[in-house]
Amino acid sequence: MSSRNGHLLEVKNLRTYFDTEDGLVKAVDDISFSLQRGETLGIVGESGSGKSVTNLSIIRLIPDPPGKIVSGEVVFNGQDILLLPPEEVRKIRGRRIAMIFQDPMTSLNPFLKISKQLMEMTQLHLGYTKAQAYEHAIKMLETVGIPDARTRVDNYPHEFSGGMRQRVMIAMALSCQPELLIADEPTTALDVTIQAQILELIKKLKQETGTSVILITHDLGVVAGMTDHVIVMYAGKVFEQARTAELFARPGNPYTKGLLRSVPDPTSEQGKLYQIPGSPPDVARLKPGCPFAPRCERVEEICRREFPPFVQLNADHYSLCHFAREVFDASEATNK
Amino acid sequence: MTIPQANSDRDVSLPVSEPLLSIRDLKVHFNLSEHRLVRAVDGVSLDIFRGETLGLVGESGCGKSTLGKAILRLIEPTSGSVLFRNADLAKLSSREMREQRRYLQMIFQDPYASLNPRMTIGQIVGEPLDTFRLARGAEAEKRVQELLETVGLSKRFIKRYPHEFSGGQRQRIGIARALAVDPDFIVADEPISALDVSIQAQILNLLEQLQRKKNLTYLFISHDLRAIRHVSDRAAVMYLGKLVELADSKTIYDEPLMPYTKALISAVPVPDPKVEASRQRIVLEGDVPSPINPPSGCRFHTRCPFAIEACSEVEPQLVQIKPSHYAACIRISPSQPHIEHVAPGDAPGLELSLQ
Repeated sequence: MSSRNGHLLEVKNLRTYFDTEDGLVKAVDDISFSLQRGETLGIVGESGSGKSVTNLSIIRLIPDPPGKIVSGEVVFNGQDILLLPPEEVRKIRGRRIAMIFQDPMTSLNPFLKISKQLMEMTQLHLGYTKAQAYEHAIKMLETVGIPDARTRVDNYPHEFSGGMRQRVMIAMALSCQPELLIADEPTTALDVTIQAQILELIKKLKQETGTSVILITHDLGVVAGMTDHVIVMYAGKVFEQARTAELFARPGNPYTKGLLRSVPDPTSEQGKLYQIPGSPPDVARLKPGCPFAPRCERVEEICRREFPPFVQLNADHYSLCHFAREVFDASEATNK
Repeated sequence: MTIPQANSDRDVSLPVSEPLLSIRDLKVHFNLSEHRLVRAVDGVSLDIFRGETLGLVGESGCGKSTLGKAILRLIEPTSGSVLFRNADLAKLSSREMREQRRYLQMIFQDPYASLNPRMTIGQIVGEPLDTFRLARGAEAEKRVQELLETVGLSKRFIKRYPHEFSGGQRQRIGIARALAVDPDFIVADEPISALDVSIQAQILNLLEQLQRKKNLTYLFISHDLRAIRHVSDRAAVMYLGKLVELADSKTIYDEPLMPYTKALISAVPVPDPKVEASRQRIVLEGDVPSPINPPSGCRFHTRCPFAIEACSEVEPQLVQIKPSHYAACIRISPSQPHIEHVAPGDAPGLELSLQ
């Protein structure tokens, strides 16, 4: 699928700020990345890193006020979504870019039958008749592996378990065969065995339909198994981006490196876990210099003074760090 | 007092220390209505040894938190016994139990919900000192300051309120409070689940460091197998109110025997793209059944890829399959421990469970 022109989505210099009682919060501050057709991009970050705001910005769901997309471009299929009138954005949302969220119960209407909610998608976006939409709803439930779909389609959301609701969400999201699926922590609220089912399902549907996926998660294990590219976010910035295999093998940023080392690896014997000291910063009160400097083990005077450069380390590999090259070279050495 | 004979009697090859806590046939049932009984914990027997970390892992609704709370009598057990310091906790009066709480503490999952927002950090951490009359006045204040430093917080925080702290700091406050009474045993119920990845490692390290320093014994409850594997000496797996496997945590992770444990471990995402690309995942069908009217026989048989007819009829007992490795599955036995090598339809462990 990655033949013609390659990029399905290009985010350029996106800035999304929130006006809060604490002052101006630069939730997303000048980030750029792109997504190839047919690829899965992982966005990793801790709370407050801006990963969810990034994706709400892509589909223009930032509550305004207090939020505002201050500048940047979100080029989807050659068209800047940020310049489109609201009714055009609504046509794209759900039809060409679909989203699934962590908690399916907040995105499903508890008073409406599943059939009604699924039918709405195709009736609205594809102009299906009621009968067509109903049949399509059943077909979608079957696709996502809901047993006895013809009966279950007329159930209400509360009659489904957590894992089944997430399947319903995926069925709804994929109803109109979107080109891009944004999945924001889709398995965080689920049990491990159910998580495995949902991740397998997303992989399978991706292969069958060629949909590109943005997967937002805090779980580095999920990233390792599901994605082609990763961007690591911290304090509203992209700290590192690379192909997934390279990011894990040769991280070029002290934050990424620390994060990778702080996760228990069940396949190897470890003593004390590496720990990054301190906590993620309050983005309303960022000091000059690198936002990670107070927690960084490679910190030097310059880090507290000057904002770090976004250094290219390899094809498709960038890191926001004054010492990116050194960190990158060192992690190659330790992996040999 | 007689101890009900447990089917999981420990073999002599294990650590020679005495169990700190012996749980025998513990049950916690909740009556929802006349005909609906939730068997949240349904006959669990387990020894927890002094100085060890026992990991308790399972999916939501398996009863792991209920078991942890029932041990401490934060939930009343329906039957069974919990032997601790020559007393059966399950049968103590509430006044007698209160005295025991000095030795038994709990750390909770949600550091936001488990601290009283109207109390200062000093009051929160100092309250147990007052309750158990362990220290007063200036001495109590000094103790609180020491406790805060022990968990890595500044003693200057003593007059602040919980909302001024981050999730990780609040979890440290909860730990300081649990430590105030100098307990022997701590139930840590999902202590890192609500925390950011970089903070999880801090709390795991802190718990390990405190254990060494104070010779603590932990029951570490989590759905996160990676964390369980890292912190626990032994691990117990629970499914729908029953223990289904028990062994040292490396063995559980590397060589699980019971099919549910195998599936659970194969579902854990590993932070290594090379491993992820090559591994075979056992994807279970369906959801965990409801603990109201759980499946007959082996409760896992409805989702088990190895189930045969007898599995729906015979309730498997937790028996020793390998040295210090216990599993509840009639399709395996000490002579045929690996289910993949058992002939189709065979149930070599059937007799062990029928005895």
